Amino acid sequence: MSAPDLKSAACGSSPAAPLRERGQHEVFCGLTSIIWLHRKMQDAFFLIVGSRTCAHLMQSAAGVMIFAEPRFGTAIIEERDLAGMADMNDELDSVVDRLLARRPDIKMLVLVGSCPSEVIKLDLDRAAQRLNKVHAPDRRVLSYSGSGIETTFTQGEDNFLTALVRDMPVKSETAPASLLVVGAMADVVEDQFERIFRSLGIENVAFLPARRSTELASIGPDTRYILAQPYLGTTVTELERRGAQRIEAPMPLGEEGTTLWLRAVADTFGVPAEKFDAITGPGRERARKALTHYREHLEGRRIFLFPDSQLEPAIARFLHRETGAEIVEVGTPFLHRRITQPEFDLLPDSVGVSEGQDVDKQIERCRAANPDLIVCGMGLGNPFEAEGRATKWSIELVFSPIHGYEQAGDLAELFARPLSRRAVLEVAV
Amino acid sequence: MQLTIWTYEGPPHVGAMRIAASMKDLHYVLHAPQGDTYADLLFTMIERRKSRPPVTYSTFQARDLGSDTAEIFKRTCRDAVERFKPQAVLVGASCTAELIQDDPGGLAKTLELGIPVIPLELPSYQKKENWGAAETFYQLVRGFAGGRTPEPKEEGAPKSCNILGPTSLGFRNRDDIVEVKKLLAALGVEVNVCAPLGASPADLTRLPNADFNIVLYPEIADTAARWLEREFKQPSVRTVPIGIGATQEFIREVADLAGVDPALALPLEAEEERFSWYSRSIDSNYLTGKRVFIYGDATHAVAAARVAEKELGFKVCGLGTYSREFARDVRAAAKEYGVEPLITDDHLEIEDAIIAAQPELVLGTQMERHVAKRLRIPCAVISSPIHVQDFPARYSPQMGFEGANVLFDSWVHPLTMGLEEHLLTMFRDDFEFRDDAQASHLAAIGGGAESAAPMEEVEEAPAEEKPVVEGELSWANDAEKELKKIPFFVRGKARRNTEAFAAQQGLALITVETLYDAKAHFAR
Repeated sequence: MSAPDLKSAACGSSPAAPLRERGQHEVFCGLTSIIWLHRKMQDAFFLIVGSRTCAHLMQSAAGVMIFAEPRFGTAIIEERDLAGMADMNDELDSVVDRLLARRPDIKMLVLVGSCPSEVIKLDLDRAAQRLNKVHAPDRRVLSYSGSGIETTFTQGEDNFLTALVRDMPVKSETAPASLLVVGAMADVVEDQFERIFRSLGIENVAFLPARRSTELASIGPDTRYILAQPYLGTTVTELERRGAQRIEAPMPLGEEGTTLWLRAVADTFGVPAEKFDAITGPGRERARKALTHYREHLEGRRIFLFPDSQLEPAIARFLHRETGAEIVEVGTPFLHRRITQPEFDLLPDSVGVSEGQDVDKQIERCRAANPDLIVCGMGLGNPFEAEGRATKWSIELVFSPIHGYEQAGDLAELFARPLSRRAVLEVAV
Repeated sequence: MQLTIWTYEGPPHVGAMRIAASMKDLHYVLHAPQGDTYADLLFTMIERRKSRPPVTYSTFQARDLGSDTAEIFKRTCRDAVERFKPQAVLVGASCTAELIQDDPGGLAKTLELGIPVIPLELPSYQKKENWGAAETFYQLVRGFAGGRTPEPKEEGAPKSCNILGPTSLGFRNRDDIVEVKKLLAALGVEVNVCAPLGASPADLTRLPNADFNIVLYPEIADTAARWLEREFKQPSVRTVPIGIGATQEFIREVADLAGVDPALALPLEAEEERFSWYSRSIDSNYLTGKRVFIYGDATHAVAAARVAEKELGFKVCGLGTYSREFARDVRAAAKEYGVEPLITDDHLEIEDAIIAAQPELVLGTQMERHVAKRLRIPCAVISSPIHVQDFPARYSPQMGFEGANVLFDSWVHPLTMGLEEHLLTMFRDDFEFRDDAQASHLAAIGGGAESAAPMEEVEEAPAEEKPVVEGELSWANDAEKELKKIPFFVRGKARRNTEAFAAQQGLALITVETLYDAKAHFAR
């Protein structure tokens, strides 16, 4: 593709006709989700069955050894395993035995497939079944794939939650209707939402993933679920297979997103409109007030989002609707039509949309568009800054509390900070 | 299958990336699935590199397996060469691509790219990062210098050398090169090529023109230097100039090979070297016999042991490395200092060894820094794997005379200072000097959740007040109390010594008297 074509493609792409690209993907693989999942579920251990590369990725992406002994590790496949000199299942069993002996606090062991384990077709589902015969019910063993050949970054969580949903007990038919909020969020945000739901009179609320593996909710046709994260396409399929019914809404990001999200839940559970307004009013007011601080930095600014977590359409909607930013391109590793539609309904058709990536071409498009702020991964940030361009690390969007009313200002601040910092600094690159 | 929580080295293709990222006009096309691009951030984040590393990934996916992964690699390779226009291209596979056996080298050759293609065979399931870097550098050196004839030199022309081994993400390599060049300039020796850091493939063709090689970092350069020795009869300087003694030896070796007077470097030494005087000054008396635990790559660990024991008067109480390829050097050094060598990359084993050795200072990698922080032992980082903090903004070499000055500051400053140490010992009950209070100058480093597990927890020492029965032996309450007045980092040893002494003397109850008798018995 030549340069003029690239430009027209960028301008010509839209929510209805996204630019689909396949080339070098400058994104993390699904294993990286473990960095927040292992903090979220405090009695689970995530054991990657993979290579030295997987172990090195985890430690590099986790910011070099932040936790003395984390609840994740890698069973590194070695030459003797591949050469058939050692039986890989026996090897895995002995690694698991050693690990569980060292960590009596672990109640759930999660075997995580990687690129090498997928390519050699090591069946971790069967390994989990085998290990469960030994260790269940005291300690449950689960498996999912976080491999880079199948998953991008947050899709690791999608596969983990899918495995959890498969494991959820069947809800008794006499149990009252319940709400399941799906997608890992900061604990503090969950607590805020729980308080709001309770005030609205919605009592049976569970979160997935739960903080402890033993607190897995039950599921049935009376379960209504709502996504708190957009990257959960496979989980959605599994939830619906189990009979749960989806509540559709934009993601609870920003004042507007949170209100639409809460309202969708409130309507499903028959909460009167006046009650809804009374309960959410103060939060909405605080969110709006917090946002005004950052609007001056972001209004009219042109923002380009590289693909990372699939949160990009929701973030773009928030930035456009609530801070007045102009969205140049929304890159996303995977565009899940049904989940993202509520976001695109709130965005103008002029927004460029790309799915997948050819990173060199995308960098060229970005330079040509010359945005005021680039939202991108850590591999690209400093090189863009060295060119004099302002960037925001996209990884912070999955590592910080951004959902709900009380975090609406914080979310805007993430994007305003690089810009306000540039305004303050009297040193140049 | 090996259970790994943290690793000291990445996979071998990351070593190859470090070579590619060190050089100019060289590109690396890596057959790899999505996700392997994480390695870019080692360079852009840790090293704060201003450009993306010169690496292109084929990013194949599950649906491509068994159909056209080879085609994807070829397209990626062709596009990368067209886009980046390098002088040469390295091609290879990451761990996953190694399993699908597409043969990137063979595929690249069929593309007729018009530039040299260096295929890399880096067995991911056997080897690690440093080996991958050494092998890649060797293949490049062989590929570009092989078959060349050294250019004839004019009579009386100054001698020249190559500096081999400094790389991107190498520990302080950026500044070490400057120091080494200063030493060479003082001796009137010219630098022919410095590689891989800063060299292009074309520069490598000039390697044979040098009179000798300096192996600055054997983990990376040893294989290539040995080949150059065989091929072009270029001798190698193998002393790594870290510390005063090693720097002086390095100067003598270089002077010898260049046929110049080593005294030419004396003015530089006189002007820059402060380490020796600082180490001899009376304030440094308190450094004598401080127990130091050393762990890192072989080069830095062995060098640190020499500096610690012979130039600062510390006592090496542990020495280890993750560089299995250079385990022999570490074993020899360990023997010299009378400690058991620790050749392992299991960080839990190293943590246990640190606890058992009861050091007063840990010199290690970022991983040992975390261990030391938890145990509240002062620590300095001496080796890769590295962290963003290991790329300081200021000039901070390890080699040469200025490097020695830096070592003095960075190893001595974390320690409790002379008079402060005395006061801590004398007034142990002072509320600010409690065992669980941090030394004042360490307040900024310590504290917080990470220091929640002080050394005492790992001792076998049980609770206060009640007498302790251990076999036949028990401690009287006042003796137990007296033991607590001994600094925590030697308390475990004092306990063991006292108990051994009591057992030897056939005593059943350890009193304050026994404690001090044992102290006299074991006095050094």
